Amino acid sequence: MWKRDQAVQPPSGQPAAPPSPAPTVATPSPRAEASQFLERDNVNIGKSVVIKGELNGSEDLTIEGQVEGTIQLRDHVLTIGPNGKIKAQVFAKSVIVLGEVTGNVTASEKVDIRDKGSVDGDIISPRVAIAEGAHFRGSVDMQRKSGATAATTQPQAAKPATAPATASQPSPQQQPAAAAAR
Amino acid sequence: MSLLDLITPRKMDRDPRVPRAAAAPAGDPVFSTKALRKFISSLTRQDTPVLLDLGPVVGENVSFFGERLGCKIFVEDIFKDLDRHVRAGNLEAFPEFLAGRFAQAANTVHGILCWDLIDHLDRASAQALATALNRVLASDGTLLAFFSTAPTRDARYTKFIIVDDLNMRHRAYPAARTRQANMPNRDILRLFPGLHVSDSFLLQNNQREILFRKPAGTGH
Repeated sequence: MWKRDQAVQPPSGQPAAPPSPAPTVATPSPRAEASQFLERDNVNIGKSVVIKGELNGSEDLTIEGQVEGTIQLRDHVLTIGPNGKIKAQVFAKSVIVLGEVTGNVTASEKVDIRDKGSVDGDIISPRVAIAEGAHFRGSVDMQRKSGATAATTQPQAAKPATAPATASQPSPQQQPAAAAAR
Repeated sequence: MSLLDLITPRKMDRDPRVPRAAAAPAGDPVFSTKALRKFISSLTRQDTPVLLDLGPVVGENVSFFGERLGCKIFVEDIFKDLDRHVRAGNLEAFPEFLAGRFAQAANTVHGILCWDLIDHLDRASAQALATALNRVLASDGTLLAFFSTAPTRDARYTKFIIVDDLNMRHRAYPAARTRQANMPNRDILRLFPGLHVSDSFLLQNNQREILFRKPAGTGH
C-alpha cells in the first residue's frame, strides 16, 4: 500500500550500492604529520630573513621577514605574517595581510587585510576584505577583468619604498594611484 | 507646543538621538539616509565610476561600492591627517596640506564621500578642502557631505558604515580635538561655488545630508 520498497530502490533497476563502511579516524603519527605539512606546500620566510630582489614561487608562502622588490606567486596564496614587512609589488592568487605591505598588490582571487594588517598601495583584485582595525591607504579596483589580466601581465619595476608621510606633505605613494585614475 | 500635540504626540517626535534598537544588531546605532541612494544612482550612470572616500577605510563600504557598483575606490583618510596635524601642533599648515593632498588628476573622480569631515575643520581648511575636491570632481560628478545642525563639542569622529541604500551604521571613535562650529547653509554653499546642490535632506538625528553636483560640461 505505501510502496515502501520502491522508495529505497535505485532508479533503472540497478542494484543498490552496499552501505559504505563507517569512516575510521586514524591518529596520525608525528612522522605522518610532518609529511602532511610538507605536502601542504607552504613555505615560511622567517623573522630574521631579509630578501631584496625578485621572489618567484609555485607554492604557498608565508613571509614573517622583510622583502623588498617583487613577489610573484601566480597560482598560490601569499600570507604576510604579523611580523612581515614588505616593500614590493605583489602578484598572487590570494594575498592575506597581517603585517605591513608598501606597494601595489594584485591578486586574481582575493586580498584579505586582517586586523592590524596594513597596506599602503593600490589593490587590484575581484574580492577585497578589509577588517576593522586594518590600515589601508591607496585605491581598490575590483573590476574582475582588470584583476585577472593584471595578475597575468609582467610586473613593472618595483615601486620604490617611500618614507612615511610628513605632517604637511602628501605622501608620494599617491602618485601611482593618480596615474591609474588617468 | 499646541494643544493637539499634547493630545496626540506626532510620530516624528520620537527622540531622534535614540536609534531604533531593532536595526542595530552590532551595537552601533543605525540611522536612515536619504541622500545615499541618490549618490549611488549618480555613480551607476558611469561605466567605471571612480570614487574618492575621505573617511577611514571601512571594509563593508569597499565591498559595497567595489563589488556591487564596480567602482574604483580611492581611500584617503583625511581624519587621520587632521589628527596628525593636531598632535604635531601645526594646524596652521593644514590648509596648505589639503591643497596638495589629492594626487588624482583634475576632473577624474565621479563621486566623493566627504562624510562629516567639514564639521571638523576650521574655515580656512574647509575652504582649501572644498577647492581641492572641486578640482578632482568630474563634470556631472557628485559629492556627498553631512553637516550637523546641533552644536556638539565631543571629541570623536564617526565611521559611516553602509548597511544598504537607506541605512548607515554610525560607529564613533576618538578624535584628537572637538568638532568645530556648525556652518549655516549659506556658508556651506559658499564653500563650493562651482557646484550645485542637487538634493538636501534634514534628518531626524539633526544631520543635514547635502548632495552637490558639478554641472555637466564644466571642465576645471
